[in-house]
Amino acid sequence: MGHDEFQKHEAKILTPSFIVLLTLTVIGFALIAVRFIWGLGAVTNMSDGYPWGIWITYDVAVGTAIACGGYGMAILIYIRNKMHYHPMIRSAILTSMFGYGLAGFSVMVDVGRPWNSYNFFIPSKWQANSAMFEVALCVMAYTTVLLLEFLPAVLITLEKTEWKTLQRFMDMLHKRTGINRPERMDERLESVKELAAWLKPRLDKVLIFVIVLGITLPTMHQSSLGSLLLIASTKLHPLWHTGFLPLLFLINCMFIGYSIAILESVISSYAFKRPFETKELSGIANIIPWLTVIWLTVVIGDLTWRGQLGTALSFDFYSRFFLLDFGLVAGGSLLLFSGRKRESVRWLFVSAAMIVLGGALYRFNVYLIGFNPGKGWHYFPALAELLITVGIVAFEILGYQVLVKILPVLPKLHTRQQLDAKKHDDPVTV
Amino acid sequence: MGKPSRRQFFKIMGATGAALLAGRGRASASEAHLVNNETIGMLYDATKCVGCKACMSACKRVNSDYGSLSYEQAKFDKDGLWDAPQDLSGSTRTLIKLFKESEKSWSYVKYSCMHCQKPSCVSVCPVSAMTRDKITGTVDYNKDTCIGCRYCQIACAFNIPKFQWDKAIPQIVKCDMCKNTNLVKKGITGCAEACPTGAIMFGKRKELLAEAQKRLQENPGKYVNHIYGEKEVGGTNHLYLSAMPFNKLGLPILTEDVPAEFSEKIQHTIYKGFIAPVALYGTLCFVALKNMKGHESKDKKNSTEDAKEGSDHGA
Repeated sequence: MGHDEFQKHEAKILTPSFIVLLTLTVIGFALIAVRFIWGLGAVTNMSDGYPWGIWITYDVAVGTAIACGGYGMAILIYIRNKMHYHPMIRSAILTSMFGYGLAGFSVMVDVGRPWNSYNFFIPSKWQANSAMFEVALCVMAYTTVLLLEFLPAVLITLEKTEWKTLQRFMDMLHKRTGINRPERMDERLESVKELAAWLKPRLDKVLIFVIVLGITLPTMHQSSLGSLLLIASTKLHPLWHTGFLPLLFLINCMFIGYSIAILESVISSYAFKRPFETKELSGIANIIPWLTVIWLTVVIGDLTWRGQLGTALSFDFYSRFFLLDFGLVAGGSLLLFSGRKRESVRWLFVSAAMIVLGGALYRFNVYLIGFNPGKGWHYFPALAELLITVGIVAFEILGYQVLVKILPVLPKLHTRQQLDAKKHDDPVTV
Repeated sequence: MGKPSRRQFFKIMGATGAALLAGRGRASASEAHLVNNETIGMLYDATKCVGCKACMSACKRVNSDYGSLSYEQAKFDKDGLWDAPQDLSGSTRTLIKLFKESEKSWSYVKYSCMHCQKPSCVSVCPVSAMTRDKITGTVDYNKDTCIGCRYCQIACAFNIPKFQWDKAIPQIVKCDMCKNTNLVKKGITGCAEACPTGAIMFGKRKELLAEAQKRLQENPGKYVNHIYGEKEVGGTNHLYLSAMPFNKLGLPILTEDVPAEFSEKIQHTIYKGFIAPVALYGTLCFVALKNMKGHESKDKKNSTEDAKEGSDHGA
């Protein structure tokens, strides 16, 4: 599992999609400025009845589930011991890092008094009864863990860099403005390189403990994201309000995580014109139906136990959304049970997309659609509110696009071909 | 190598499920929360209320500075002569509403914090900005620790905490029994002091309950035979008597189940003594290290073989 499994994607950074994403990001961040000047009411449709809107539901609840690719891949590689998936880990961790980082950022936009957040670090203010407290601490810790997990990619680049861009920039600056390069700049740059070289082997030694922490933390906070709604027993529709919310959210994030790893790999292979990683993907796809079957069984078993099966099949507003989320997950998994469909990139894509949509809809159902605070309250996100979410997602894709071009993140191509060859002698068994 | 680790994975999943089940079973059996009737509260008798709104104006007069309350202008009222709140809001802690079924059948109702015996808002607040005073039973809010996450609003079955949506520096607004204002100065809440008809009675919960029982017994047929808040969500310190069904007055129909007990039981079962997370971390570390060792020895073998073959890329 050396660092030579990864490579930079050699391509131009300034592409048309870069410009589009940058525009959306700028609009989103401008609206965030509006929110901080004129208050939440100026950009959102949230109300005292629906105090959590699209930001918490999409950016946090769905966003972190989508960012569970890194979690899923880490379980697969380090716990289930499938080392040949290792070349896929860095891109998964990078998306997780963006997903979680931006979920945290969204929360800071969403909360009314962010300057008081330091209270999370003051033991006398801790409130262990609150699922939110657990989620907040875990998400902060996990974002740090993801940064550490990604650090080797940065260190190895720093270690090998010759600072060409910086040198060129300093030369240009000198020509245009006459500013001299600072004294001893080369020396200082050299010491940064030395520091990176010093740090890397030390980090490598303890990295496995960080990685395992990166498996433990999502297990904790993804279940707690379900626990958040346990308290709303009078507001959340009985189709979704159950003591099994934590377990359902935990399994839900796992199958979303693996499915998103498939989608992401297919999309980035397509966008960056690299060969599809069909072998690895069908291996991952093999795991998903196991998870979804457990999930679907718990859902049905729980509904039966609480006597809500009739409600689920009543075809009213809530029942339709329930059937849709259930159907998408069940349908997608059914496709994946067929070995031949697992070998086809197209079917892999379709089924993974269905499962991600169904899994995400489940979270929407719990946080928004199934949530009814009483008569007279309605919620549909405002345009500005949506644009802020769009801006944040655009920033996420933008960052990913840029970082894979400046850091070794994607699997090295010849390594992959070698792996394919190797795997013919050693077929995947799941 | 793959198989045992999968089994372990399912074991963990199973353990989580079992823990949840265990938590559910115990939730109703033991550790039922204790109602403290020595705490203070208010009894609102809707049949005595004449809708003069003196309580509303007293509340704003007394608490406007401390509680960040302000006057709300009606659309037709260009000069701002009246305070005209439509509902509880970021500017209004207490409110009188009229429910009119017909010309002869109508009732006023007063809204404000119910001061639950086991408040959901206190249970869910991640930074202890919502607190319940053990002696007085008053549910209080501290804006200096609040992060503005609005989880209290999600949690409250009565939709009481309100948020200041139109302010750059917002806060939660809810009744605190005049804890730092009228109660300190005069020993009674502003609204109860101002009420001219005695519709709002201030006192200890046991006195309020006794008085409510007395009124129900002495006036058979006058009231709906129920003290709203006596048992709802484990009991509240703000109690109601009414001649109209309570749900018609906008008070939700609730059971005696305590939402905060349900959620805390599950959360505590999973995180009891932080044993489960530590055990999970330990087990995972053990498995991961074992896996890594296996690969390291394999890698070493491969790299020596590679060296022999003179291959140009490492393992």
